Amino acid sequence: MQITPSNLGSYVALAAMMVATVGCTGGSKPDAAGGGGDSSGGLVKLQGAGASFPALLYGAWFKTYSNEHDNVQVDYQSVGSGSGVSAVIDGTVDFGASDAAMTEEEMAKVERGVQLLPMTAGAIVIAYNLEGVEDLKLSRDTYAGIFLKEITKWNDPKIAATNEGVELPDEDINVVVRSDSSGTTYNFTKHLAAISEKFDSEVGVNKAPNWPVGTKSKGNEGVTTSLNQTPGSIGYVEYGFAEKTGLSMASLENKAGKYIKPSIESAQAALAAVEFPPSLIAFLPDPEGEDSWPIVTYTWIIAYKTYDDAEKMEAFKELIKYCLTTGQESSQELGYIPLPEAVTAKVTAALDNISAK
Amino acid sequence: MDHPTKSPISRPPTSVELGTDRVFRFACSAFAWLTIIVMAYIVFEITWKASPAIQEYGAGFLSGRTWDPNKSEYGILPEIWGTLYSSLLALFIGSFFGIAVAVFLSEGYLGNFVFQVLRVFGLQFHKFWGKLPSWSEGALKNLVELLAAIPSVVYGLWGIFVVMPLLREPCSWLHENMGWFPLFGTRYQGPGMITASFVLAIMILPTISAISRDALVAVPPKLREASYGLGATRWETILSVVLPTASGGIFGGIVLAFGRALGETMALAMLVGNMNTIDVSIFSPANTLAALLANNFSEAGSDEMKVGVLMYAGVVLMGITLVVNIIGSLILQRATRGLKGLR
Repeated sequence: MQITPSNLGSYVALAAMMVATVGCTGGSKPDAAGGGGDSSGGLVKLQGAGASFPALLYGAWFKTYSNEHDNVQVDYQSVGSGSGVSAVIDGTVDFGASDAAMTEEEMAKVERGVQLLPMTAGAIVIAYNLEGVEDLKLSRDTYAGIFLKEITKWNDPKIAATNEGVELPDEDINVVVRSDSSGTTYNFTKHLAAISEKFDSEVGVNKAPNWPVGTKSKGNEGVTTSLNQTPGSIGYVEYGFAEKTGLSMASLENKAGKYIKPSIESAQAALAAVEFPPSLIAFLPDPEGEDSWPIVTYTWIIAYKTYDDAEKMEAFKELIKYCLTTGQESSQELGYIPLPEAVTAKVTAALDNISAK
Repeated sequence: MDHPTKSPISRPPTSVELGTDRVFRFACSAFAWLTIIVMAYIVFEITWKASPAIQEYGAGFLSGRTWDPNKSEYGILPEIWGTLYSSLLALFIGSFFGIAVAVFLSEGYLGNFVFQVLRVFGLQFHKFWGKLPSWSEGALKNLVELLAAIPSVVYGLWGIFVVMPLLREPCSWLHENMGWFPLFGTRYQGPGMITASFVLAIMILPTISAISRDALVAVPPKLREASYGLGATRWETILSVVLPTASGGIFGGIVLAFGRALGETMALAMLVGNMNTIDVSIFSPANTLAALLANNFSEAGSDEMKVGVLMYAGVVLMGITLVVNIIGSLILQRATRGLKGLR
């Protein structure tokens, strides 16, 4: 490697490039999705982008659907909820996706109007890595306290109180949270803010809050790996990720005061209680019900209310209908929660709000 | 006296040749300018996007300790600290090994060893086997430089699955027995400064060893011979003659490696723990500017201020890297100038 003064330029350029590359992916306009796909020659292309949380499931759905229908091709880019929403506002996609839904302010920016369609749901669990402790039970105070840095030792009296007979080590709790701006975090903080006033005022509900505690890892995958690699750690992940990697999941106290094990059934029980308003946006920061898992969330596909192209609009509706019927059958094996029938009926009815010019 | 004009050597260039020449020259300067323009545009774009944040937060951005999009409070002091600290720590580990590798490669240790082995079989001057000593040195040199070709994310994964468990035992021991020493002040959790710096050290090793090797090879042989002639041992020659003579080049290489360490992103985002703390303990989790950018950009969305503060952080990182690289280049320049008299 020869070093000449001219190399100085290339090094500077390289550093700048690095920053710029990150910058491009963060730019508000996902250029790769540009144009939104044209429908020509009978082939309808649907372009979508957004949340990474349901990306596994959407990927499976859209691939199967595209394979079964020669005239439709669906592309989905998992770029994150925030980018999904801004892509819809900029009009660079045919549909978006978000697990923090959309704020009214954001919706007002879309002239064509938006219709949010809940597509699937997921449970967020508190997973941990503590040798010899199989079934940890955490009360509402306790797990809010852990994420507020009030409880820092595994043998804290508050943890011991709900885990009689379990030998808890005198070790520091290593909290792991998300480093990226995430829908999972948004829903998790929404729940913690609902059960703890202190959390609400000190941390608040956010996709990337200023956590008082915790090392940070990127994505559900990153948190799962950190938990697996670090003895004495605890963190929150989507149910499927913890299930797949065999992490221990804590039983949590729900609103009714019962300790519930995380499962598809207990999450479904929680979701059954939800009443959707006409906008189809509802969060369950703290679901009612004896058997309800306390931290659940829906995730949405964002459609425009009017499409320029009737053919495209029809294809999109067909796609959503497929996802709501046949698609729901594959949710469970991928770790997501199928929508209750009452909800699918509402979503199907909401499709009538979508029309072509 | 005229030369015979029919000779292909002395004939004037044809118009086609002249044309190609001109096109080539034009293309070269166009591409050269393009590089500069792209560079300038990138700097402009980043600074432009950062300008609302620069106006809003000003210098307080550099000294603030909280990063809270919720309350629109932004400060990057922990990130600046983490960037410099992790890079310096990596440099400390990396230079030690990098210079050792460079000495090993430039002083013919491996070649000598292979030569001795060949001599046992009487093959040292063989037509084919006789070349083996220099080949093996070249192979080892390329192998070390290949370290630079491994993608950052692979280093990150390696760090999580290999380095982290590997460091757990010794680091926990250090903390328990020498916890009074500020550098070992906190408990080893896994992701943190030491894990990140260790992996970073290996990533910058090829830069240090390649440049140091060039500097060592450039040391005039007469110096070495003079040293031996005065009765110095090989060890004394390397330590007190060869290394000091090449020190300018070696130091320049270290500074350039520093520049690389500052901008390293993916592996650090995976290993450093991404926690906004300022702690001298090498086991404590920390954060770096590049990791901050990587983690926050994907969902910053269209919010001008959120993008602005990240761009501002990018400008700061660019500034730090620029200064470090300029210093490195200046040192290298001076070092090579100083050596010219010796040749």
